[in-house]
Amino acid sequence: MFSLEGLKNTIHYTLSASLGTTSTLLVEMLIVGICVISLFAVLGLVLVFMERKVSAYMQIRLGPNRVGFQGSLQTVADTLKLVVKEGLVPNGADKFLFNFAPFLVMIVAMLIMAPIAFTKGLQMWDLNIGVLYVTAVSSISVIGILMAGWASNNKYSLLGAMRSGAQIVSYELSAGLAILTIVIFTESLQISKIVESQQTGWWLFKAHIPAVIAFIIFIIAVTAETNRAPFDLAEAESELTAGFHTEYSGMRFALFFLAEYVNIFIVCAIGSTLFLGGWMPFHIGHWSAFNHVMDFIPGIVWFFGKIFFLIFVIMWFRWTFPRLRIDQLLNLEWKYLLPISMFNLLLATVVAIMGWHF
Amino acid sequence: MFIVDYIKTVFGGVKSLLVGMNRTGYYFFHHKEIITQQYPDVKQVLPERFRGEVVMIHDEKNEHRCTGCTACELACPNATIKIVTKFDITPEGKKKKALDTFVYHLELCTMCNLCIEACPTGAIKMDQTFEHSVYDRSLLIKILNKPGSKLMEGVE
Ligand code: SF4
Ligand code: SF4
Repeated sequence: MFSLEGLKNTIHYTLSASLGTTSTLLVEMLIVGICVISLFAVLGLVLVFMERKVSAYMQIRLGPNRVGFQGSLQTVADTLKLVVKEGLVPNGADKFLFNFAPFLVMIVAMLIMAPIAFTKGLQMWDLNIGVLYVTAVSSISVIGILMAGWASNNKYSLLGAMRSGAQIVSYELSAGLAILTIVIFTESLQISKIVESQQTGWWLFKAHIPAVIAFIIFIIAVTAETNRAPFDLAEAESELTAGFHTEYSGMRFALFFLAEYVNIFIVCAIGSTLFLGGWMPFHIGHWSAFNHVMDFIPGIVWFFGKIFFLIFVIMWFRWTFPRLRIDQLLNLEWKYLLPISMFNLLLATVVAIMGWHF
Repeated sequence: MFIVDYIKTVFGGVKSLLVGMNRTGYYFFHHKEIITQQYPDVKQVLPERFRGEVVMIHDEKNEHRCTGCTACELACPNATIKIVTKFDITPEGKKKKALDTFVYHLELCTMCNLCIEACPTGAIKMDQTFEHSVYDRSLLIKILNKPGSKLMEGVE
């Protein structure tokens, strides 16, 4: 069967046969970098199109339907427009920070890609504290947003950035606790081990009640962390024009826009790794015949299928729920999600100690 | 009790959100009824009372019913209409006021219908055309009476 691991090994052997160890490593890093950048570009195009179509279908509209078949080239046209647009820097803005902020947000998104396992053996960096690394690095992106808000010399931007800061700092807590709940069961922070531990079933089913609660909390928290509606207070079109990226135009705006969608992809990738078994096919206990049939679908298809399912759920949230006010937002986190996830953590510990999971 | 209320709030909230998601999910998977109008391809049948622009009614003999009485010009709240009159000589040798040009500034018109109601002879009406965008403002100034048209027999 065609496997991406084989492809990876072939490339590695071909390169090391003709090059030294260091240059092999450099060339491989270059290849990986190009792959990540092209993945981001494709994701941006696909996810924006998906968002527009999903929102249209949910609102009984048609959505983009002029450019290309059923409007499928709409996002390409939008990107072209953004590329040729002038990137303005407002008077009185802090030029260096203003230009740097969108890149920082993108760099953070790229860093989080590192420990994600796409399929068996296809992982950039399988470090032993993968989950911790992801939670730690993902909080840097708030600095990019604050930087953008501060450097724009615009009150709307600053307010948006401040809100975003408050929101991300608060929701990071319950997202972290939800992740911890699963780590209790996996007994490891390494992404590959976490995926491996779901060989006999996904944690969402194996660890029943605590996992389901953690999953719901995780989805809510990451929706808030990616600043998407119903938690889009950082952008808040109706009150703050466009929040932290009010002053951005052209390619810099495109980077922020892309980073938003890439971040959704990444949090959904982490969610599916922790709760839905990553690239692991759908296995039920020890029914080896059933499991064997499921194994015929390659891991990468499973992984992307799960990610896109989660992305769809998050889009579903966005086009259904009313927006929250800032006080309601903080109430939801500090009075509901945080106590519930702490209680859930205790419950998970009890379940894990007593061995009540499958 | 506090804890009971708390749990009730949580479940009530989740339930109401699920009801909402059920609705949008239903729309997502039952993509039949569409409210989007694919405008240039499919044109909507406009209601009879839709007001697009003021036009003057001409019959097949290129005759209109406007006597040049300027009632419409006076009725118009924002000076959209300018009637230029001339004096015709009737067969009996009397001078008679008649319409020379009916100038209509589409860019000023609010489609309020007051001119049509003011007209004593029913010479003008509202048309349903609405695609009025042009590249130059001067193109919006229209002469409503067709060239060479004259007053219909018997209209006073
Ligand atoms: S519709 Fe109203 S605004 Fe337009 S020409 Fe008639 S009276 Fe004037
Ligand atoms: S359109 Fe009617 S109201 Fe206006 S000038 Fe002619 S006859 Fe008089």
